[in-house]
Amino acid sequence: MTAHVVGTVEEIPIGEGRAFAVDGTQVAVYRLRDGSLRALAAVCPHKGGPLADGLMDGRVVVCPLHGHTYDLVTGTELGGSDAVCAYTATVAEDGTILVEGRADG
Amino acid sequence: MTTLLQTSPTDHAGQPTTKAQLVVIGNGMAGVRAIEEILSRNGRESFDITVFGDEPYGNYNRILLSNVLAGSDDTAEIYLNPIDWYTDNDVDLRAGVRVVRIDRFARVVQADDGTAMRYDRLIIATGSRSFFPPMDGMWADDKTLTSGVFGFRSLDDCAAMIDYAAGKSKAVIIGGGLLGLEAARGLQSRGLTVDVVHATPTLMNAQLDDAAGAILRRSVENIGITVHTEKRTTRVLSDGGSITGIAFADGTEVDCDMLVVSAGIRPNVGLAQRAGLTVERAIVVDDHMRSIDDDDIYVVGECAQHRGQVYGLVAPLWEQAAVLADHLTGTDNRAAYHGSRMATKLKVAGVDVAAMGLKAPEREDDEFVQFSEPRHGIYKTIVVRDGKLVGATLVGDVSKVAFLMQAFDRGLPLPEERIALMFDIGTPPAEVGAAELSDDAQVCNCNGVSKATLVACVQGGERSVAGVMAATRAGKGCGSCKTLVAQIVDWAAGGAVEDDPTANWYVPGVPYAKPELMRLIRELELHSVSSVFAALAVDGREDAASKMGLASLLQMMWADEFVDERDARFVNDRVHANIQRDGTFSVVPQMKGGVTSSAQLRTIADVADKYAVPMIKLTGGQRIDLLGVRKEDLPAVWADLGMPSGFAYGKSFRTVKTCVGADFCRFGVGDSTALGIAIEERFQGIAGPGKMKLAVTGCPRNCAEALCKDLGVVAVDGGRWEIYVGGAAGAHIRKGDLLATVDDPQDVIVLTGRFLQYYRENANWLERTYAWVPRFGIDRIRAVVVDDSEGIADRLDQDMQKAVAAYRDPWKDGAEPVTPGQFRTSLPLTVLPQVPVR
Repeated sequence: MTAHVVGTVEEIPIGEGRAFAVDGTQVAVYRLRDGSLRALAAVCPHKGGPLADGLMDGRVVVCPLHGHTYDLVTGTELGGSDAVCAYTATVAEDGTILVEGRADG
Repeated sequence: MTTLLQTSPTDHAGQPTTKAQLVVIGNGMAGVRAIEEILSRNGRESFDITVFGDEPYGNYNRILLSNVLAGSDDTAEIYLNPIDWYTDNDVDLRAGVRVVRIDRFARVVQADDGTAMRYDRLIIATGSRSFFPPMDGMWADDKTLTSGVFGFRSLDDCAAMIDYAAGKSKAVIIGGGLLGLEAARGLQSRGLTVDVVHATPTLMNAQLDDAAGAILRRSVENIGITVHTEKRTTRVLSDGGSITGIAFADGTEVDCDMLVVSAGIRPNVGLAQRAGLTVERAIVVDDHMRSIDDDDIYVVGECAQHRGQVYGLVAPLWEQAAVLADHLTGTDNRAAYHGSRMATKLKVAGVDVAAMGLKAPEREDDEFVQFSEPRHGIYKTIVVRDGKLVGATLVGDVSKVAFLMQAFDRGLPLPEERIALMFDIGTPPAEVGAAELSDDAQVCNCNGVSKATLVACVQGGERSVAGVMAATRAGKGCGSCKTLVAQIVDWAAGGAVEDDPTANWYVPGVPYAKPELMRLIRELELHSVSSVFAALAVDGREDAASKMGLASLLQMMWADEFVDERDARFVNDRVHANIQRDGTFSVVPQMKGGVTSSAQLRTIADVADKYAVPMIKLTGGQRIDLLGVRKEDLPAVWADLGMPSGFAYGKSFRTVKTCVGADFCRFGVGDSTALGIAIEERFQGIAGPGKMKLAVTGCPRNCAEALCKDLGVVAVDGGRWEIYVGGAAGAHIRKGDLLATVDDPQDVIVLTGRFLQYYRENANWLERTYAWVPRFGIDRIRAVVVDDSEGIADRLDQDMQKAVAAYRDPWKDGAEPVTPGQFRTSLPLTVLPQVPVR
């Protein structure tokens, strides 16, 4: 996936996630309390839960349906269930958000 | 007589072996068990084993002798190790040969057949024999009992009794202990009339207290056995060399043509005594089961005395044999026996009996629970000390024995309601023993986790309850199986469970229990979740799993001064609706007391049509639920409804269910509807550690099910109201405890507020009242809430008033979202709803 502009950082409240449609897929972008961004596929592989609605901290997001917990950088599930696809999200100087597939993924 | 000293046995090729010679004196259950344990540790490679037994048989199960006597087992069925077993295992059995001397200095044993055998290691397992109290006329000569008098100890005793009993009509058993009662039952089933004579007032007094003994006596008498207690037998009456009766110290007599003496046992220690070993009540051993005088001599079973205790039950014997074998074979030189907890379960004279530990409380603060139902022959007691089971007696109904024995052995956590240790009272299945569950039994019914999965996880190296729960997801659904999960983990880890330091913390990411956490939050004036993490979490690190609990706590503590960071809220609390499995939400408008109107119903119907609501459902709390609403439609749905939120999503005050009460119902004695509405009006939306579901019902018929609510109010005749707290009818079933009975509905509202505030301040995160009330104790709660024993009632009322005053209908967010995209879809490409449309 090439880099896509998905919106602006003001659309995401601090400490929460918001979902965007990117090139036919759904991506949840998270804005950490330190201002940096993370991005994962928006659909929980367990039962389809909306990961953008999950509670998060600096490291993980918790699916609101059954508590599956995903690493925000790697997308791995802490209990060993299926992982989600992880993306790289960056914010440009003008506040736009760029999402692209990870080099290693 | 010349004796050939047997030594250095030869192998089949005639070559001397280099194996050490192990001699076992005693071919009973203890001796042979010890040999089995040694063989299982490859003992055959290091030892040539010889066993002497003065009975001319293989090893049999002495416990089953009473079955042989009763005719329910054949002699052949009670052999544990038939003669073949000895041959197959290269064990040299000398059956019917009695060892008469141990020469410790020459390391030789001498037997009554002239054998002298050298040993390198010796095991004494001589067991015990019947004790015959002194009585005139009992003995025909020095060694022979009067014809018709028997001990009850060996297969030979048993066979002789069976022979003699044929054609006889009346037997007396001296001794109302376990073995005596078994003998009585056995002879009765052979057609004899049986009397039992016992010297003390209580049958089986070694195991049972007076009340249990009395109930056992009734049961024994009910099956036709006559019981004489407090009778000392002084004489055996005989005619022509055969017994005709017995005489008591008080001069009375009982006729009989057969007498069985079962007045206790005495360890067989003469051999050891003559060999110069220390003998007190039995042969004194160290923690390796060795005689304290001789490192080459081990002692096991009923003839061993360890730390002052002599054990007559089979379970301790198994434990001793294992330690002995570990040490003797060098498998584990540090193997040590630390004594056994005495627990026994048996059927005596047709009555189930189980006894373990203390018979009665010994210390002032021991808890003692006692249940007695003599007519049905049921008696149970439990002794609890410092939260651990230290004693239990069960007579007539031993259905709970498996869990009790485990709790006794391992010090398992006990249910707060001690009565659940005795009966199944519809509490969660926490008391089902971890061991007795089958491997495929589903433990967590929410996430489908079996016992085997939990055990595998522990065996895989996970040693903490929290770790197992995290790895398997057991207990991560409704949470009702957590106690059982903890028990299984403990059982699987053999008691070596690592303490989970987080277990006492209010939330997993901040290392403080609730009282300490609240104190710090107050002192440091932390008004927001992020400030709590920064000040109190390890490395100041925020933790997703802690946010919701902290937000709830801060909201409770600070009310309108709470700094509400939306990212600390669970999605339900962010959008004031309950998330469904497809990511849509359910909308429940407020409907106080479950009372609605035609206008409200019309509005709801219109909204449902307008937004194509997939399902409209009545809730258990008497509300109307619109299910399958898209997140982005929520603000418009609320606006069109024009009703406040019903709070059917948060850890908060939910609903007050009511019946129609005195205004309409011909049975009603109080206006439950009005009171229910008033309570809901006042406490709507109050946050707490768990959900708070209430009910008010207008008469004791209890149509609003107030007895199984977090707080339930029942109108009773005379204008009075009963308030019950701590009830539940969800994942757990519990009847509430009566908090108070008051005259005035206004008092109901005051006590409700005070109780809920006290709960909010003291319960752990997600701890519902059904768990908190029994944990804290209804007496303590009543003292604080009703009688103001701590002088905090006014303060509780004020803090609750502050929370009430901070109420704001969250659905007002709809008009003006608090955060950007608060109601934006989180699945932009998924067509919702995906739930079925009805």
